Amino acid sequence: MERRDFLLALAGFAASAAGAREVVEFARVLPGRKLIFPADHGAHPDFRTEWWYATGWLNLSEGRPIGFQTTFFRVRTGIGEDNASAFAPRQLILAHAAIADPALGRLRHDQRSARVGFGRAGFATDRTRVWVGDWRFEQDGGLYRAALRSQEFAYDLNLVPNGPPMLNGLAGFSTKASDPRHASYYYSRPQLTVDGSVTLAGRPQQVTGQAWLDHEWSSELLADGAQGWDWIGINLDDGSALMAFRLRGDREAALWAAASLRRADGSTQIFPPAAIAFEPLRQWRSPRTGITYPVEWRVRIEQRVFLLQVLMDDQELDSRRSTGAIYWEGAVRLLEGGREIGRGYLEMTGYGERIRLG
Amino acid sequence: MRLAPVFLGSLARRRMATLFSFIAIVLGVALGMAVQAVHEAALSEFGRGLRTLAGAADLQVVGPRGGFDENVYALLASRPEVAEASPVLELEIKRAGTEETLQLLGVDIFALARVTPALLPKPAATAERFATLADDSVFLSGAAQTALGLKAGDTIDFQAGTRRITLKIAGDIPGAAENRRLAVMDIAVVQSRFDRIGRLTRIDLRLAEGVMPGAARSALQALLPAGVLIEVPEAAADQAANLSRAYRVNLTLLAAIALLTGGFLVFSAQALSVVRRRTEFAFLRALGLARRSLFGWLLAEGAMVGLAGGVVGVVLGHGLAWGALAVLGGDLGAGYFSGLTPVLKFQPQVTAVYVALGLLAGIAGAWLPAREAATIAPAQALKAGDEGALPGGRGHPWLGLGLLAASLAACAIPPLDELPVGGYLAVAFLLAGSVMLLPALAAAIARLLPDRGPVSARLAAARLGAAPGHAVVAAAGVLTSVALAAAMAIMVASFRDSVDQWLHQLLPADLYLRAGQARTSGYLDEALQTRIAAVNGVDRSSFTRHDNLRLAGGKAPVALIARPLAADGSNLPLVGRAQPGAGPAIWISEAMLDLYGWRVGQTVALPLAGKLVDLHVAGVWRDYARQTGAIMIDLADYRRLTGDRLVNDAAIDLAADADAGRVAAALTALAGPGVLEVARPGEIRALSLRIFDRTFAVTYLLEAVAIVIGLAGVAASFAALAAARRREFGMLRHLGLTRRQIGWMLAHEGALAAGVGVAAGLLAGGAIGLVLIEVVNRQSFHWSMDLHVPWASLALFAAGLVALAALAAVLAGRQAMRQDAVLAVREDW
Repeated sequence: MERRDFLLALAGFAASAAGAREVVEFARVLPGRKLIFPADHGAHPDFRTEWWYATGWLNLSEGRPIGFQTTFFRVRTGIGEDNASAFAPRQLILAHAAIADPALGRLRHDQRSARVGFGRAGFATDRTRVWVGDWRFEQDGGLYRAALRSQEFAYDLNLVPNGPPMLNGLAGFSTKASDPRHASYYYSRPQLTVDGSVTLAGRPQQVTGQAWLDHEWSSELLADGAQGWDWIGINLDDGSALMAFRLRGDREAALWAAASLRRADGSTQIFPPAAIAFEPLRQWRSPRTGITYPVEWRVRIEQRVFLLQVLMDDQELDSRRSTGAIYWEGAVRLLEGGREIGRGYLEMTGYGERIRLG
Repeated sequence: MRLAPVFLGSLARRRMATLFSFIAIVLGVALGMAVQAVHEAALSEFGRGLRTLAGAADLQVVGPRGGFDENVYALLASRPEVAEASPVLELEIKRAGTEETLQLLGVDIFALARVTPALLPKPAATAERFATLADDSVFLSGAAQTALGLKAGDTIDFQAGTRRITLKIAGDIPGAAENRRLAVMDIAVVQSRFDRIGRLTRIDLRLAEGVMPGAARSALQALLPAGVLIEVPEAAADQAANLSRAYRVNLTLLAAIALLTGGFLVFSAQALSVVRRRTEFAFLRALGLARRSLFGWLLAEGAMVGLAGGVVGVVLGHGLAWGALAVLGGDLGAGYFSGLTPVLKFQPQVTAVYVALGLLAGIAGAWLPAREAATIAPAQALKAGDEGALPGGRGHPWLGLGLLAASLAACAIPPLDELPVGGYLAVAFLLAGSVMLLPALAAAIARLLPDRGPVSARLAAARLGAAPGHAVVAAAGVLTSVALAAAMAIMVASFRDSVDQWLHQLLPADLYLRAGQARTSGYLDEALQTRIAAVNGVDRSSFTRHDNLRLAGGKAPVALIARPLAADGSNLPLVGRAQPGAGPAIWISEAMLDLYGWRVGQTVALPLAGKLVDLHVAGVWRDYARQTGAIMIDLADYRRLTGDRLVNDAAIDLAADADAGRVAAALTALAGPGVLEVARPGEIRALSLRIFDRTFAVTYLLEAVAIVIGLAGVAASFAALAAARRREFGMLRHLGLTRRQIGWMLAHEGALAAGVGVAAGLLAGGAIGLVLIEVVNRQSFHWSMDLHVPWASLALFAAGLVALAALAAVLAGRQAMRQDAVLAVREDW
């Protein structure tokens, strides 16, 4: 799924997809390939892009909720494939981390990037294990561990899944456009139980919470005409989990949409594009960038109508200095019939300029 | 009582003397100011460039020019002391087929962003995806693009080894836009395309919070291979400053001598003027002017000239600096800061200091005459004539001799803070001592003069014998300037001659070939070496490899030159005796003796290829090219110890019947056009000497200034004297001398005074020249030279100066002679 591809521009690649050179053959995403675990928890370096994307809600010791985001990208650049230099930038690891704290009113965020080599950054292919500098996200036995440290914040979290992965799309084959060429392998691990520590303003404290992990890999760039996307991943209080996204064109109209609902009993329902609708209700304008984002949504999945309310309006992540990309990624509550029934994350891209991928 | 017109007005009444004093001070101040301003501009520009390159780095890991093992990076990056490590592979690269070179930094942009963000390349709008990593892209700073006449999207060819590689200019470097020579590429691409796989030349380190650089430095240094050092980023700027400092101080001291001469001219003008105005002062004193006030007013006369000279001097100095920067560059042509475009900045404090120096010269010059005038007893002065009161007499010969002895002792003082302080002291003592001895010398010369010839000559000789004080004042100015000019001439001639000989010794072959001047990226690989040796007409080819070594923290790198050497060093310009040993040997330049204290026969450990190797110091050779030190090693030893098979230069001996032009063409054709440069030793020598002459352009200018100042001294003294001697001229006319005869007398007097000054000046200059060669140069630049006295030009210069002095004396006296003889005699009665 291309929804986060733009982040691959991290570290200063002003980019235009038109100029991309196809000197290497990236592995292709084909329907019918069965995902096999634990091998598919690991990296797939033959594909162009891959990410592990953990988001969730945490309760501080005083009971106040905050949101967290951990994203590790792996990028195969197609450059230096036959270069004998140990610095050859064949694979890059990029990472974003953020804390959404209503007490601060904006995100604390930071990023890391490095080429794979010299022990500075790397990944494993047999299980989830990816790191850049002293930031790491890895699978250890049954649980995941996210350990990141920045000037403004730090966290060290254990994420424990309660069941097998939820395969999105067609058994993990997730299409992003009407043309099935634009597809990815995509599975989610909802309802992760979190415990660990978070350091804010130099003060470490124990936290617990619920999180969501996406792992996705593909080789195709964003479909023509796509301006950006809206995505949600929500852990519902009844033990079920909802993932939904839509790709927008230059108008409001959705180019494509998809959704998965895993019930508490473990059965998963996949919805077709026509069954899904995203309707913005309230706008918020960033004082820093002047970009307007919808921060309240009505989401319709078949007959069910949900309301999305944000933890705080300002969850904009401005990485213009490194990427030129500005997006909104933040903690949201899911309401149904006026009652909160779940918590999760909302991502919105392409509200400023069109997202330029890779 | 309004006294300003009485005293300061007297400056206007003796316009010529005032003007010359003023000019001398202006020149002294202007030269000093210019040297200071130019170097300040160059150093600050150099430092700024280095700061951009160093960014937020707390420490820098540096090694030999050829680089060090890249695994040092992995080692350091994983250390807890290190927050971020940014690996850099720096090369000097040559644009193929041209003489233009650029500083290429191979960087990891991911690490760069967190250590030296100013160097981050910015892809142009048209650049393709991952342009900053692409293997065909290079980023040039805005100023470099302008200088090369290229823009983003264009392609540029560089020379790698002897190959040509084509790269696309993918964007610029906004944080270092003014750097005219900067290029940035991905480190992996530089490693592979310039054949530097596995090598780094620098690692910039940002330390973790709370880690002290000093502690981290010693902890990390212990992990590094031999020859790889951790430095603070300022070290490179300090090294550059130190490198050019001796040159700068030498120039500044030459300016100081000009200023001294200016002070001396003030002295001579004031001395004579005070004598003329004795009666005037006696009246003022009789009218109640306090002794202190008289002293103060006379000092004010000198101060006024000094202040005016200082102010005009700093203005002119800034003008000169501006011109010098535009024409010669920031190092005044000496080659310390190539590729910089320094901008002149006005520094109020420094400028004030130079104005104050001018003022000081004026006051110091006026001090002695003012004190003498103030001690006059009014009654006596009102009665007596004025001639007898001229200063001078027999001078202070014993003090003079003492000073000369002290100058000998000063030569033995070792350099202080790498500056030849003892040498400068010796020069000052020599000058002062010779001035003190001048009256005695004048008297001796007067006694030796024959008591024959035309009456005008006899009168002049008698005057020198009877009243040497008059002549001495004029001669002292000549002495100072001749001494300065002669010393510079002897030093420069010796230096030039030695460099010429040295070039002959170092360039014995028939042809020289190199793969461009950018030695880190242009080289001859083994295949090419074989092909060079096989070219028709090549009898013998010997190859040279250039690298450098880091031997001590805080010190500039030492050049390492590997070439075939005779076991006894006979193909080197040796200094002293060689002591060839049994094992592998090195031959060190004189600078290594001074800077590292190495001695012949000693065994030293050299960091070669990351390991310390014990080598025998077999001898010392003379090196005029690298004042920070150079080490020569036999090429076979070097290859065995390092495994490095590349070379940079080749020296070709032609077969007996070979045609040099044809062989040169065949050699050039071995690689693409513009890649290999073939030169004959004559061309290299001519080029080297041209660079030498350009470096000494400033000293030639100073010599010219010295001559002008000397002549000005003669003219000023005689103008003042002639005015004071109007009654004498009147008397001589009454006795029957024609104006023409008086003119001749003046000419003789001028020639005699100048002759005394020139003779003493040549002696003093010879001694100062020796001090410059043996002490100042040796301690500043660490090289010795053979004495070479340019007899012919010195003789011509001396004769010309005597003739010009005679002419100056005649011109100065003409006005006094024009007066009616009767009137002149009657004047004061």
